Amino acid sequence: MEVAIIDCGIGNIKSVQRMFEAINVKADICSSPEMTIGCKKLVIPGVGAYDAGMSAIAQNGWLDILNEHALERRIPVLGICLGMQLLCRKSEEGSMLGLGWIPADIVSFNNIDFQIKVPHMGWTNVTPTQENPLIPLNTQYQRFYHVHKYHAVCDDEANIIGKAIHGYSFASMIRKENIFGVQFHPEKSHTFGKLLLQRFYGINR
Amino acid sequence: MSFRLIPCLLLSNNGLVKTQRFKSPKYIGDPINAIRIFNEKEVDELILLDIDATKNRRPPNFALIEQLASECFMPFCYGGGVSSIEHVKTLFKLGVEKVSLQSSLAATPELIREISANYGEQAVVISVDVKKNWLGKQKIHSHAGVKFSSTDWREHITTSVRLGAGEVLLSSVDHDGMRNGMDIALIQEATKLVDVPITVMGGVGTMSDIKEAKQAGASAVAAGAYFVFQGPHKAVLITYPRYEEIANL
Repeated sequence: MEVAIIDCGIGNIKSVQRMFEAINVKADICSSPEMTIGCKKLVIPGVGAYDAGMSAIAQNGWLDILNEHALERRIPVLGICLGMQLLCRKSEEGSMLGLGWIPADIVSFNNIDFQIKVPHMGWTNVTPTQENPLIPLNTQYQRFYHVHKYHAVCDDEANIIGKAIHGYSFASMIRKENIFGVQFHPEKSHTFGKLLLQRFYGINR
Repeated sequence: MSFRLIPCLLLSNNGLVKTQRFKSPKYIGDPINAIRIFNEKEVDELILLDIDATKNRRPPNFALIEQLASECFMPFCYGGGVSSIEHVKTLFKLGVEKVSLQSSLAATPELIREISANYGEQAVVISVDVKKNWLGKQKIHSHAGVKFSSTDWREHITTSVRLGAGEVLLSSVDHDGMRNGMDIALIQEATKLVDVPITVMGGVGTMSDIKEAKQAGASAVAAGAYFVFQGPHKAVLITYPRYEEIANL
């Protein structure tokens, strides 16, 4: 299996599959952990509340197999939106622990000091901050559809690969080795998102 | 600023229509074809409202919505006849990411809380239509004829946001389809009420109308006639400004 999209009932998985279809990549929606066995790439989409997402993963026996793919087989993993947040340790939104693969915590937007509308909703430019496989350094405007109330704060700047601004600059793309997370929705970001998924698919490990 | 410009399409009898002050729907074309064109034009987002569903007491047309969602490589918001969490579950499975609630809030405002607890606040849009009464006061208007406990739109918006709505779609009935500019005073007042983004609709005729709404505090502007009609005789032609034009507003 080329790309496994995990379906534990927390995301807009159909859109992700369609975007892969648009670049002629067969991505399979996997509704049980066993279905992902042998996959070459893994996508964790997700929309909704942190605890709802994490308990969906924990309850349905996903935890072990996800750890195996990400930490032992070390295949490329892409977390999208809430899926990205779940890659981190914890969130101000909930009380459950995340997957803890990337040393970062999820905090809520500071809309008091910055007078911004929350959720952050709309097309926002993402600026790559270092060389990475998902978004080329030299490209000027790369806008992606963001919709979120919380964002990642990394312990180490080295885990940030792209930043966006909503009132202030925040980590919109994070990475630790083979594990990638994007706060925005590439599956809903027209050409920009299509190209990003294509680059993710193209990662040779 | 991530300002959005959103085509809003009205569905009636499985065809697209455009109204004027919520009346006299004029057929403008096939929804799949129109959505395909909007997708090619890389629009910021798309809103589809089924204006018959609640009136005819039927659920959303899931089969059609699935087809339409599959053409959208941008955010897709659906409204019309959404009255239970089961409807919402089905819609999200089909590829919709936001649901717009209006009539169902009269009887079950808790639906907002239920959706936002499961899918997050950003997934719940409350749609509020306001119309001036004979005294010139803006009151909540219901196209489907439901009775809200209060017709005060301000109260309705603040209560709904407190329940967990992540966005407000505010329409002026008096400006709908008129292409004569938006209700700027309404926008100014509404955007100060709550922290969540407010999308305003009704009256867009030119790019400068959109600019005025943005300056008045709107996070997004939605429009129908502006994107589908050309010229005084309302020839149907789908258009959408280039990215640079929107960015420069």
